[in-house]
Amino acid sequence: MSAEDTPKDYSESPINLEYFYTAGSATTRFLNQVKEGNIVGQACPKCKAVYVPPRGSCPRCGVATDIEVPLTDKGCIESFTVVHIPIPGNPIVPPYVCAMIRLDGANISFLHLIQEVDIEQIRIGMRIQAVWKPKEEWTHSLENIKWFAPIDEPDIDVATLRFQEL
Amino acid sequence: MSDSKDLLRAPFELAYNYKRSNGPVMSKFFEALGEQKILGTKNSAGKVFSPAAEFDPETHESLKEIVEVGPGGAVESFSWIETPQHHHLIKEPFAFALIKLDGADTCMLHMVANCNEADLSIGSRVTANWSEVQEQRITDIKFFALEK
Repeated sequence: MSAEDTPKDYSESPINLEYFYTAGSATTRFLNQVKEGNIVGQACPKCKAVYVPPRGSCPRCGVATDIEVPLTDKGCIESFTVVHIPIPGNPIVPPYVCAMIRLDGANISFLHLIQEVDIEQIRIGMRIQAVWKPKEEWTHSLENIKWFAPIDEPDIDVATLRFQEL
Repeated sequence: MSDSKDLLRAPFELAYNYKRSNGPVMSKFFEALGEQKILGTKNSAGKVFSPAAEFDPETHESLKEIVEVGPGGAVESFSWIETPQHHHLIKEPFAFALIKLDGADTCMLHMVANCNEADLSIGSRVTANWSEVQEQRITDIKFFALEK
């Protein structure tokens, strides 16, 4: 066999990293609540901004966010992407929607899925609510929420999503 | 504030199972491993790179001349692994070693096994031991062992 006749163009190159993730105290408090089906953000004592998921400090003021703020599982789409390209190993069949979710009362958003939606209809400011897994499947994870789905409420004013100066 | 023992902790696994394009030179290198041969590339000054390099890292010369090297060589440097971890391919104590194969001017990083730490030193003569199944991968060389 000549190497030139059958060039081996590709080789499998698996990369595998195993590690432990230790949640800090803020994330631990948040996830303990998520396990019970509650979404609890944390507020900055100085600028009053509400962070969810909380990281324990306010990046604007540099102070600990030790005020717990129970939030609803309703909010709006702050930004979204329609994913058309399948990612190997991802069980979700395209097209599907990833969105930044801004919960009511929160000043930041987090990434989650949007389902039960006509992709043509999806838009910034659209009202949505969490669709939870059955309670017996709840763990310390935001995956307790299967996805967010649109609800029959008028869109919010997009201007309210803009960055709020101190 | 939580006590650190109350903090949540979970194992994570990050894995990418991607394919790597070998290019024209490395393709030949890997193909040859499947035939239990080790190749290198030679620059215009006669310096031999093994594992085969596509370009000379110093002169940036494109390297096309293929030469066969090894399968014996000398240990240039090594690091002894007394307690292999689960991700190591060899479960007995072994060494990661830089091996300068006969006919090559650069070193190949591989494993030296089937020996004791005390038997291994810089300059030790080793030779390739081949895997039972050839897959055109660097692991087609199972490890290097001390020459008898």
